[in-house]
Amino acid sequence: MKLVINGEVQEVAADTLAALMAELDYAGNWLATARNGEVVPVAERQLCRLADGDHIEILSPMKGG
Amino acid sequence: MLSLYGTEISSRLLLGTALYPSPAILGDAVKASRTEIVTVSLRREAAGGRTGEKFWSLIQSLGVRVLPNTAGCHSVKEAVTTAKMAREVFSTNWIKLEVIGNHDTLQPDVFGLVEAARILAADGFQVFPYTTDDLVVAERLLEAGCKILMPWCAPIGSARGPQNVEALRSLRGHFPDTPLIVDAGIGRPSHAAAVMELGFDAVLLNTAVAKAGDPIGMATAFAKAIEAGRAAFLAGMLEPRDMAVPSTPLIGKAVFS
Repeated sequence: MKLVINGEVQEVAADTLAALMAELDYAGNWLATARNGEVVPVAERQLCRLADGDHIEILSPMKGG
Repeated sequence: MLSLYGTEISSRLLLGTALYPSPAILGDAVKASRTEIVTVSLRREAAGGRTGEKFWSLIQSLGVRVLPNTAGCHSVKEAVTTAKMAREVFSTNWIKLEVIGNHDTLQPDVFGLVEAARILAADGFQVFPYTTDDLVVAERLLEAGCKILMPWCAPIGSARGPQNVEALRSLRGHFPDTPLIVDAGIGRPSHAAAVMELGFDAVLLNTAVAKAGDPIGMATAFAKAIEAGRAAFLAGMLEPRDMAVPSTPLIGKAVFS
């Protein structure tokens, strides 16, 4: 299916958020995720089913003022 | 000691982590500043990327608390979602809440700010709102559940220093028991000392240190200025006078004629 991941359209095979992160080689406990503007906590990624056209944000710590 | 949502803090300088020439200089500047709180942010990570991990390891090695921000958010929804994601990553209820209203001045959208603060405070966040020096907005933020206020003294990164001293003085006078932190607009140590002399509890700055010729030297200079300003406030300062007042006693002065 096609997803919008961090603003870019991508074709992926994964059907859960946890599977998507594995597919795209995202690993580590410093990442935060959101699906369609709603936060998905780490514990819920396994259960978070994806649908065509979903907007996914994957964020990590960054310098800031 | 300064108490921020029940956390006792010795240093009255909060430091941003952006714009330094290198991660090593950032680390040394944080140490030189003796700050106990640094601000951090969240940004998109590339697939397979480890950028965030490197930065986060550096920050964790410095032994400071983090205050995540919602920088760059222009809507309540964006700011609230970013705050929740920050809580996930940084394991803290603290959030420096920014809802930007104007691209040129980075002036806070105070209406959105109050709304977002109310939502986040109800959700258990301890909100540090980046606001203007407007007194009524400050009252609304406190009503919304904020226990700290962070007014600007000039636009972010402008280095102009206090632009409206009377408004800052008024905030201090109206909220004697609320921690007030000047956030944004400080350009040099004398600006920081000036707002500390007004009785502000702390200063949050970033660009003035990060973009200095020697960020580590400047971090030290700010630490000293902030301490000096605080000590001066506590010691009680002389008010300006219209006329000269001799400091050397006149009694016993010799008369030559």
